[in-house]
Amino acid sequence: MSGIAVSTTINGDEVEYLCQAEETLLDVLRDRLGLTGAKEGCGTGDCGACSVILDGRLVCSCLVLGAEAQGARVETIEGMAQGDTLHPLQTKFLEHAALQCGVCTPGFLMAAKALLDANPDPTEEEIRFGLAGNLCRCTGYDKIVRAVQDAAREMNGG
Amino acid sequence: MVEVTLWGSLAALVDGQKQIEVDAKDIRELFRKLAERYPALRGPIENDIAVSVDGVIYRDSWSKELPEDAEIFLMRRLVGG
Amino acid sequence: MSFDATYHDQIYKSVGTRPVRPDGVDKVTGRARYGADFNMPGQLVGRILRSPHAHARIVSIDTARAEALKGVKAVVTAADLPDLSDGDQSHYDLLDNCMARTKAFYDGHAVAAVAAIDAQTARKALKLIEVDYEVLPHVVDVDEAVQPSAPVLHDTIFTGGVEPKPTTPSNVAARAEFGHGDVDAGFEDADFIVERSFKTEQTHQGYIEPHACVASVNPDGTAELWVCTQGHFVYRQKCAELLGMDVSKLRVTSSEIGGGFGGKTHVWMEPVALALSRKAGRPVKLVMSRDEVFRASGPTSATSVDVKIGARQDGRITAASAELRYSCGPYADIWAELGAMTSFACYDLENVNTVGYEVLVNRPKTAAYRAPSAPMAAFAVESAIDELAQKLGIDPVAFRIKNAAREGTRSSYGPVYGPIGIGPTLEAAQTHAHMQAPLGPNQGRGMACGFWFNFGGQTCTDLNVNSDGTVTLAVGTVDVGGARASLSLVAAEELGIPYETVKTVVADTATLGYNDMTDGSRGTFSSSMATISSARNAIEVMRNRAALMWDISIEDVVWEDGQAKAIGSTHDNLAPLSIKEIAEASGKTGGPIAGHSEMVADGAGVSFATHICDVEVDPETGGTKILRYTVIQDAGKAVHPDYVEGQYQGGAAQGIGWALNEEYVYGQDGRLQNPGFLDYRIPVCSDLPMIDTQILEIPNPNHPYGVRGVGETSIVPPLAAIANAVSNAVGVRMTHIPMSPPRILAALDAQPTA
Ligand code: FES
Ligand code: FES
Repeated sequence: MSGIAVSTTINGDEVEYLCQAEETLLDVLRDRLGLTGAKEGCGTGDCGACSVILDGRLVCSCLVLGAEAQGARVETIEGMAQGDTLHPLQTKFLEHAALQCGVCTPGFLMAAKALLDANPDPTEEEIRFGLAGNLCRCTGYDKIVRAVQDAAREMNGG
Repeated sequence: MVEVTLWGSLAALVDGQKQIEVDAKDIRELFRKLAERYPALRGPIENDIAVSVDGVIYRDSWSKELPEDAEIFLMRRLVGG
Repeated sequence: MSFDATYHDQIYKSVGTRPVRPDGVDKVTGRARYGADFNMPGQLVGRILRSPHAHARIVSIDTARAEALKGVKAVVTAADLPDLSDGDQSHYDLLDNCMARTKAFYDGHAVAAVAAIDAQTARKALKLIEVDYEVLPHVVDVDEAVQPSAPVLHDTIFTGGVEPKPTTPSNVAARAEFGHGDVDAGFEDADFIVERSFKTEQTHQGYIEPHACVASVNPDGTAELWVCTQGHFVYRQKCAELLGMDVSKLRVTSSEIGGGFGGKTHVWMEPVALALSRKAGRPVKLVMSRDEVFRASGPTSATSVDVKIGARQDGRITAASAELRYSCGPYADIWAELGAMTSFACYDLENVNTVGYEVLVNRPKTAAYRAPSAPMAAFAVESAIDELAQKLGIDPVAFRIKNAAREGTRSSYGPVYGPIGIGPTLEAAQTHAHMQAPLGPNQGRGMACGFWFNFGGQTCTDLNVNSDGTVTLAVGTVDVGGARASLSLVAAEELGIPYETVKTVVADTATLGYNDMTDGSRGTFSSSMATISSARNAIEVMRNRAALMWDISIEDVVWEDGQAKAIGSTHDNLAPLSIKEIAEASGKTGGPIAGHSEMVADGAGVSFATHICDVEVDPETGGTKILRYTVIQDAGKAVHPDYVEGQYQGGAAQGIGWALNEEYVYGQDGRLQNPGFLDYRIPVCSDLPMIDTQILEIPNPNHPYGVRGVGETSIVPPLAAIANAVSNAVGVRMTHIPMSPPRILAALDAQPTA
């Protein structure tokens, strides 16, 4: 079976793959590249569990075609830590117990990173609206918001 | 002799009686005697019953002793989320 | 060795602290493996064909064209899952729910399944399966289903629990009654009576991870199942029974679980995956889509409840009664019975009577959802209690305190309570700053109480002391939200060693004895009990080894602060032996050091909560905003307070969604109209405020540390607390959940204009 040849950059590494026209970026990441950190909670763009950053923009990878990643820069949860140093958001999520089951966590971390990249010092309301595209059914969001607030503080040298 | 109250939908399985007297010293004996006397209870006793002894609920503890004056309820086994 | 589970007051070193969880780094780096994150060599893709009809007889299924499609390796129907129930109705129902046998009972009911080399082929194959349905009249509404004119789902079901035995089949599968005293006399005695009917709509647990598994059956009959579940031992048992396999030949590994809340306590498609693998001779991966999760896994009951409560002028309740109708989906269960048991559990009542009716409807099989059945009953009762307090002119908290159950109260479901926390949670609410905060226009405050039983069950743990003195703890209860951290704390506490040196893992079914599942808030309660027992057993071994190393009698060795110490005047020159020193020598003193425990961890303590909530209702749109929310709940003992708070907050958030938005919407055709997160809207971050928590610790006398279950009670009060708040804000009693904007506007419109 033939496929579409795609070359792209994922977490800083150059990657090439073949994919079918209807395959989503999420399918490619999970099934072809073994990057299962992004989760499929709905497949319809409603839960944010599949969030990745594409050319600096937060996207639901279930709504992006694998072929669309041609020439793009993709950041996934697997690339968030630098070596064995966790990103401050990852550390704060752990310290604040901002995860229970953890299946939403990769998506929240990507969304929170995109938020802080664009707005390093958000208010609580900005955080709540910035993360409103991600569903968490376990935590009631309280500890997630606090973790993001604390990470922002730390990243701003506070 | 202990007095056992059958609760909820279980009462219907023992001819609608709510209270029955059983000569049993532990849960195992209670189950055995009830199953002998009321065949309709056999199924539930197998896997669908819980025993409340003085307010504490036991699901699988055959060896739990039943003091003479204990308050004992048989109820459907609870499920949770 | 006999294990003493009674509570002893003590000063804790580890328990009650808030360290980072052992599985945390995997989860923030994307490395943790959930149900769909696992693959096997040669694995096929499974897909399920589902009924588009709410109720239909399956006349025939022709799979020939699908089987002939290139790349299709197996097609299964009910014929591939023979009926081995042997008269066991619950076994039969489970099997029938996994794959419809003679009738499809709901939109989404599985009728056939395929395994193919890829998703595309599997999808194509589904389209080639021809099912001939004879569509039957259906009923989805719980009140309509009990009418004599309603289409009957099973002509073999006659209402149980009524005398004389009925002679016509009915959708009311069973009736169950609870209570004591004389309610008629009690109502005679009342100065005021509130009598009202309430409805709640069906909601889904809404876990973010869809059901997923990989099944692999070998030619020799051995099999492996990787699955997201709340109880892998229970899944093993059920799958083996349904498929006629030896339990020992099926090894089940629980993946990380992306939420369950009761919905992953039943098998749904796992037996089908095994049947596909058995037929194809290759591993099969089966993952539900979100649409399938909504249509074909188990939501909670839709309910209709009539409540009557009477009180004297002095504020004492004289009688209370309730009649509860709960939908079960197509198979009889005990959902109404649980509602009937829990409805008045918070109160000390002389005269009380509750009757539950299990109602069969053409909706998916109801599954447990966090404190199953209790929130709906509490909604009705706590709304009526609030209204009664208003009539009496008494503060709603004071009214509840006056009537609250206490130690020695006969509960409405029978047993007499031991030490319980309802009074203290109410008193904490009364003095909470939240209660005194000012309210603006269109704002209202509400509060409500909730109860859940909690239970224990069969539990098994292994604690291994490694040769460097670190500890590995293997448990068999699935960790749904931080339990590994809590259990590591418990092991550290009991052994007197640092938390960081204990690593807790969830063992698979082949490496540990049977464990009941993580439901009924039992995970931490029962596994911590077994962990304490394991640790005590390991300490015994280590005292022995130390005695051997010192060449003294074990009687002269005590275990303190993670060390063996020699006591007695002749030994006081001996320096203590650390766990590390004892472990390092273990090869010479008798081999590996371990402590095991197998037990039925019974004696879970009942738990109570009181919630306070402020809302603002927009009279133009009918939209409700939660302004402030406070949860006060008895935990017995909070082992890891972060995760206890997390349970409180998560339950409250789910309750808020249920109260305001979430509901299954069925069309005239009996098909579910909103099987997706866009139209079935669960709360998002911007819908909620911070959720304040207050943990009370009233020790459970039947646990060494006083632990009670904490996971479920928090979803019980929100429906009522929010309904009371909205009712107070708009001045109309809200009786139908969810209180979506159209319902609130309709209630406002129905009001006589002043
Ligand atoms: S899986 Fe992409 S948004 Fe839910
Ligand atoms: S932690 Fe479970 S969904 Fe967010």
